[in-house]
Amino acid sequence: MQWAISVDHKKLAMMYIGAGLIFFLVAGIEAAFMRLQLAQAGNEIVDPETFNQLFTMHGTTMVFLVGMPILLGFGNYLIPLMVGARDMAFPRLNAFGFWLFIFGGLLLYFSYVGADGLYGAGTAPDVGWFAYAPLTSRTFSRGNSTDYWILGILVSGFGSMTTAINFIATILCMRCPGMKLMRMPMIAWMMLVVAFLVLVAIPILTAAQSMLLFDRTLGAHFFDPETQGSAILWQHLFWFFGHPEVYILILPAFGFVSEIMPTFSRKVIFGYPLMVAATVGIGFISLGVWAHHMFVVGLGPVLDSFFGATTFLISIPTGIKIFNWLGTMWGGRLQFTTPMLFVTGFVAMFVIGGLTGIMLATVPMDWQLSDSYFVVGHFHYVLFGGTVFGIFGALFYWFPKATGRLLNERLGKWTFWLLFIGFTLTFMPMHVSGALGMPRRIYTYEADRGFEIWNLISSIGVPVQMAGVAIFLWNVGRSLRRGEVAGDDPWDAWTLEWSTSSPPPEWNFDRIPTCTSARPLWDRKHPEDPDAHYE
Amino acid sequence: MTALPATTSNARLTAPLSRAKVGMASLIFMESAFFSAFLVTYLYYIGKSPDGPQPLDCLELNLVLVNSVCLLSSSITVVLAVRSLARGAMGAFRLWLAVTILLGLEFLLGTGYEWWGLIEDKGLTIQSNAFGTNFYSLVGFHAFHVVVGLVLLIGVFILSLFGCINPARDHRRVDVATWYWHFVDVIWILVFTLVYIVGRVPQGAAA
Repeated sequence: MQWAISVDHKKLAMMYIGAGLIFFLVAGIEAAFMRLQLAQAGNEIVDPETFNQLFTMHGTTMVFLVGMPILLGFGNYLIPLMVGARDMAFPRLNAFGFWLFIFGGLLLYFSYVGADGLYGAGTAPDVGWFAYAPLTSRTFSRGNSTDYWILGILVSGFGSMTTAINFIATILCMRCPGMKLMRMPMIAWMMLVVAFLVLVAIPILTAAQSMLLFDRTLGAHFFDPETQGSAILWQHLFWFFGHPEVYILILPAFGFVSEIMPTFSRKVIFGYPLMVAATVGIGFISLGVWAHHMFVVGLGPVLDSFFGATTFLISIPTGIKIFNWLGTMWGGRLQFTTPMLFVTGFVAMFVIGGLTGIMLATVPMDWQLSDSYFVVGHFHYVLFGGTVFGIFGALFYWFPKATGRLLNERLGKWTFWLLFIGFTLTFMPMHVSGALGMPRRIYTYEADRGFEIWNLISSIGVPVQMAGVAIFLWNVGRSLRRGEVAGDDPWDAWTLEWSTSSPPPEWNFDRIPTCTSARPLWDRKHPEDPDAHYE
Repeated sequence: MTALPATTSNARLTAPLSRAKVGMASLIFMESAFFSAFLVTYLYYIGKSPDGPQPLDCLELNLVLVNSVCLLSSSITVVLAVRSLARGAMGAFRLWLAVTILLGLEFLLGTGYEWWGLIEDKGLTIQSNAFGTNFYSLVGFHAFHVVVGLVLLIGVFILSLFGCINPARDHRRVDVATWYWHFVDVIWILVFTLVYIVGRVPQGAAA
């Protein structure tokens, strides 16, 4: 009950992350069923209709109910502690946003029992996570499953938007004395840009989903090609949301890397101002690349070249970040603890995902590879090898702050290596099967296409990953009861959250701290040589 | 622990911004993104309804001009209300706030009357064609936001009737609340321009 009525940013954050992890397991099981079905040619473990529901629910859940809430949860936990505030700017709005996310998620999953409408029970949404028109029209999507998809995401989207408003107000208005913008921890910068992107992108999705809802329930004609409506319009609106969304999911993970890597390299982050500039640059450029999802639509050479070029452009600030992280590690006294392993893995995997992204931004290449398993491999390298690895790194890094106990390092390293190997087994072969021509979203394939071995390897990776996740859950349960007591500052870090107790009191700081440089805690620990002297 | 001699620039509070203002500005920014989707969609569909009722035949300017004058002037009256509150003149504050609310209500009733005529006489519904779909969605969402703004203003009005508004303490808060009302007005200027000026072209010409 204390949790249900809480407006404390730390409790809400832990509920965000906990709920996100539960949805992570659900979406993971959905993915496991798909890999089981695809392990061999001609399998009949799930029927085609169920398969459509599985990939729709897997994608929707992972983006909206796993990635968003866990990352917003970390923002919620860390922003006030890192900028030296006692809570978010609007604590009650914060709780409101969290409960909207929960109800949106439940509404989406209620479709499994409630979307029967007139056409048979148990129809979860089956239109794919980007729900292209006219597949979503009444004609092709009977029953209420698509309406559940619309409403569930609509509701949780409102939650994300209120949270974004809260982030901006907290970061701009609640900083402690001396915490200038250019002294903020990188996470605060990343979250500021993420909040900006949420405020631009999610309303577009809300608008597009409202239009779709009008089409489906009131007989409007937004996306109905028969009455000069435009199915392409949905794609434009969806991807105008969808591409910034990708950066909403990756920027917080960039933030985790930028905090964890300096701590375990025992160095300041390399090129802080450039890092900030690159983040802001990514934020703006990401608003102008959406049609690279639509090269096969036939938009014409001018638009194709434009969006190909903007997509290449975004690799510049992203490359700056990669090199800054390498520069941070360069010459450092590296300590490969579990969080450090995860963020190092993040950089490696993200580079691979980024490079295949550049391949896909090349229009003729995209014509060949679009909607193939190559694309699936690409975005899982970015979102799993990137975002999820970042999330695991952050979980290991900040768990002691939130609970007062360290996660077990030995089990943590097992988790990392199992996830890393299982991830590579599952997603690396998808590049090959995709290049061989295997389309995404097919529920089975014929035996003589040369897809079998690659699909088998992909499926073998799944139990390896599941073992990694199981060990992680075991680790959490075990460490909560008898993990090593962490103390205030187990990693000898430099940002303000480590200056208070673990777990922090409800009011975070007994006295509002003063910030003297970008590493306020270093300055306190080393009064003889504070950073402030070098600013 | 705090061995560093805090320089004057370090000791200064870095965040003089009001979180209410930042929060409201963010909300307005977000709502603008929402409306931009509908405005762009409306623009895209202009001239693409060869069948069914046409904008030139349906939309008449007389009533909507009266509505627009009411809504836009309500932005002025709400400023007068906030200024009265800042002066501590509660009576004038309530009066101007009431006038604002009435002007907003006139806009809503006028829009409703216009829609009634469109549906009954011209046969234009959301199902008629792309024009109907876009017209009712865009104008309807704007009217919905007028309702939200009115709820906000009526809430402030009721609070002031029960003596819960302290001019010295609250006039900045009320001011921030009225930002939303101004936003609704600005969106109406865009909607009006698009629907009643740019959009009143012969349909089907492009098709």
